[in-house]
Amino acid sequence: MKCPAFAYARPESEEELLALLDRHGDDARILAGGQSLMPMLAMRLAAPAVVIDINALPGLGEIVIEGDDLKIGALVRHADLERSPLVEQYTPLLKQAVVHVAHRGIRNRGTLCGSLALADPAAEMPCPVLALGGTMVLRSSRGEREITAGDFFQGIYTTALEPDEYLAAVRVPIAHPGEHHLFHEIARRRGDYALAGVAMRAVCDGEKLTNVSAALLAVSDRPVLARKAAALVRTCDLGRLSADDLAAAFCEEVEIGSSYQASAAVRRHYLRTIAARLLQDLQASAEEVVS
Amino acid sequence: MSAEETVLVVCTVNGEAVRETVPARLSLVDFLREQLGLTGTHVGCEHGICGACTIVYDGRTARACLMLAAQAHGAVIETIEGAAASGRLRELQESFYAHAALQCGFCTPGMLLTAAEALTDGTCGDRQAIRDALSGNYCRCTGYHAIVDAVEDVRKARSDG
Repeated sequence: MKCPAFAYARPESEEELLALLDRHGDDARILAGGQSLMPMLAMRLAAPAVVIDINALPGLGEIVIEGDDLKIGALVRHADLERSPLVEQYTPLLKQAVVHVAHRGIRNRGTLCGSLALADPAAEMPCPVLALGGTMVLRSSRGEREITAGDFFQGIYTTALEPDEYLAAVRVPIAHPGEHHLFHEIARRRGDYALAGVAMRAVCDGEKLTNVSAALLAVSDRPVLARKAAALVRTCDLGRLSADDLAAAFCEEVEIGSSYQASAAVRRHYLRTIAARLLQDLQASAEEVVS
Repeated sequence: MSAEETVLVVCTVNGEAVRETVPARLSLVDFLREQLGLTGTHVGCEHGICGACTIVYDGRTARACLMLAAQAHGAVIETIEGAAASGRLRELQESFYAHAALQCGFCTPGMLLTAAEALTDGTCGDRQAIRDALSGNYCRCTGYHAIVDAVEDVRKARSDG
């Protein structure tokens, strides 16, 4: 349970970081929060030649409004999302999801961008970022490029990041007026990885729901946009939408896998439970608008 | 065997200046315990689940088994020794004692630091909230109820007082 030997670097400028990535690329791992990397090193599941500690880099710990987006830098901790008035006001879905991530001590160190760059299929945060239509900002010595969340997440621990790139920030669109954000997951205990989950946003206009987007968590090798469910919710009056129909739409979206933690049948059952909770929330939101 | 890469660490631990050379791959918890002799921070699962290694790093709780000693550079670190010496844990310690919220004591430093932060954050509103706040700290002895009782009492005393 001790880390293997590696060379350690702590760049103090982006130039230094990019030079290190250019030189070491695939043989390097970036240490930001370290809450996933450190256990991997300790269990010898990773043995990089170089660990690049980016915690000394200036300017990466900010949450700022940029145009129509909230831009969240590479060193923004999960706990920062919890405490941020900007997140609460403009992208509340992120706060709703982040409180399910592990435990306080882990959220104090772990970073949102680190979680996105790792792309663990059971991790919470990629799902709401996908549901909200987030965009990743990737930087290297070759310059900067942006990629949508849908294109970024490519499979288990697989993203669009090239070996010489780092995830510098994520942009998340700011909620429209009247936009409701909902997040539900099923986990055995507080802090466990989700066994199934849904992140959703919708604008309630009486019985009608518009601007609907939803993503599924922990039922595939990456977060999955629930397009069929979103279409169903958009076309059906809230009063006539049943949890069974919504859950069926979720289950149609992707081949749900089994694991030792939960079989496919159990996960489908969880999606049915979540569908019921989402509809309850949507009903409550709709009543709020009326009253 | 080739020489292991080392890193210079200059930091503050429990209010005292520290200047040490550490192997690059040494974990922060091993550094605190073995190089600084601060054995109040415990090594349990060594992969971030049990919370026995909880310290305070730049004002927030963190798992010392999930950090490198090298990351102490430039940081302000408080272990259970420093927190207890400061007196800020006194109410919690007395409440833990009164409720028999410890037996072997292995989880206790982590429990105290986590509970203290949760109380300051205001996330101990009811027993379920206390359980949620302590969900990352495992105890093998007490069955947890006494710990929840102890934290609840401190919360009640603070909101009444």
